[in-house]
Amino acid sequence: MALNKESNGFTFGFAIVLVVVLGVILASLAEGLKPRKLGNIRVKKQIDILSAMMDVEKEGIDRANAEAEFTKYVDLNKAVILNNLGEQVSTGEEAFEVDIKKEYRDKNLAESDKKFPLFKAQDKSGLSRFIIPVVGKGLWGPIWGYICLEEDMRTILGVSFDHKTETPGLGAEINKPFFMDRWKSSMISDDNGDFKKYEVVKDNSGSSDPSKVDGITGGTITSKGVEEMVNRSLKIYSNYFKNLNSK
Amino acid sequence: MSTDKKTSEPLFSKKNKQLITDPLTDNNPVTIQVLGICSALAITVQVSQAIVMSLSVLFVIIMGNLIVSLLRNLIPSRIRIIVQLLVVASLVIIVDQVLAAFQPDLSAKLSVFVGLIITNCIIMGRLEAFAMANKPWPSILDGLGNGLGYGAILILVAVFRELFGSGTLMGYPIFGNSLPGEESGLYAMGYQNNNLMILPPMALIITGIIIWVQRSRNKALIEEH
Repeated sequence: MALNKESNGFTFGFAIVLVVVLGVILASLAEGLKPRKLGNIRVKKQIDILSAMMDVEKEGIDRANAEAEFTKYVDLNKAVILNNLGEQVSTGEEAFEVDIKKEYRDKNLAESDKKFPLFKAQDKSGLSRFIIPVVGKGLWGPIWGYICLEEDMRTILGVSFDHKTETPGLGAEINKPFFMDRWKSSMISDDNGDFKKYEVVKDNSGSSDPSKVDGITGGTITSKGVEEMVNRSLKIYSNYFKNLNSK
Repeated sequence: MSTDKKTSEPLFSKKNKQLITDPLTDNNPVTIQVLGICSALAITVQVSQAIVMSLSVLFVIIMGNLIVSLLRNLIPSRIRIIVQLLVVASLVIIVDQVLAAFQPDLSAKLSVFVGLIITNCIIMGRLEAFAMANKPWPSILDGLGNGLGYGAILILVAVFRELFGSGTLMGYPIFGNSLPGEESGLYAMGYQNNNLMILPPMALIITGIIIWVQRSRNKALIEEH
């Protein structure tokens, strides 16, 4: 072969052709799969929101029927966006599109410019439900979740927490039912509607005190992260609920 | 004449079969060559994750071997490692993207580790040591053998870790219900999961035990020093 494959020219040529070919293949694959992936993210969010207010598995809600089930319970037209003082900024479907994880991480975004979405839903018997998205920091990475309030706007009906990379068996247990169930029927505010701080405790007193929740043994930092996340978010939303009630 | 002989070689000749069986036994990439240990530590907490990881590595190593073998006469030797890395990285991204699109729940758990396949020494090792010097078909078999050998150890370690660490296999409870207050089966008798099994050091210890068992059964594997 006349071609000298050890020459500089061939080496550069080979490298360029290979990079271009691989680049085109990967770019078209990513572009081709994009709608599917965006759809997956949307559906996952819908399932997460619903799982705060009901047992998603028991109701037979999975990725296939999430869209239909979601619209059955949650009315996105009634969803609102709050600012960091708990004042209503806007309403409507855009609340679903707010990426609170991104806003939480964004150091350049002023606190007062951050958006705090609130979803309003109805359960099967027509009772109002309020679903609050929360996001925070665990030990290794982000943690997030949804908290669903009952009609009185202060009792927690259920929560769904999740995490990216918490320690398996320890901090990672925050997305297990046994931990999430501990939040049920605790109160986010006192009788005047003022926010009441949560405490994640180690002494097993969580079940007797409505503002205490038992943490996870060996998952202290993750549990503290959950505590910080819940307190920071609920404080904002409790202002909104208080004003709503006093009107 | 020798080339004629090679083209008429049956697809599964004794030599080709050995390419698959050797890495499963006496030339296992994990226990004998001690490669790919990092992922053996990271992904062996649950069997289901180990299986997906094994399949991903299997795909990457077979396709990587095939592509590099096809290009082996073209790749300039000065940039051959970079070319191999590019091929592996692209394949890994394909796996990651396809998982994200079609198995989103699994992808959420595994995405970090799938990315780490790129640095799995087994793959680079096979590309450099085998695919660069062999025809496509033997290279595919070599990839298959090494991928299976890797996967077998990964899943074996995962079985031990999930069974004794979480009391489940593939997510199904084996020893009964371990929830506090609702214990049943072995847990009702006071059995407890071994939390150490869940932590990375235990993967190293189990891998070590497997290596020990294998070498004590086959003395030829013990290095002379």
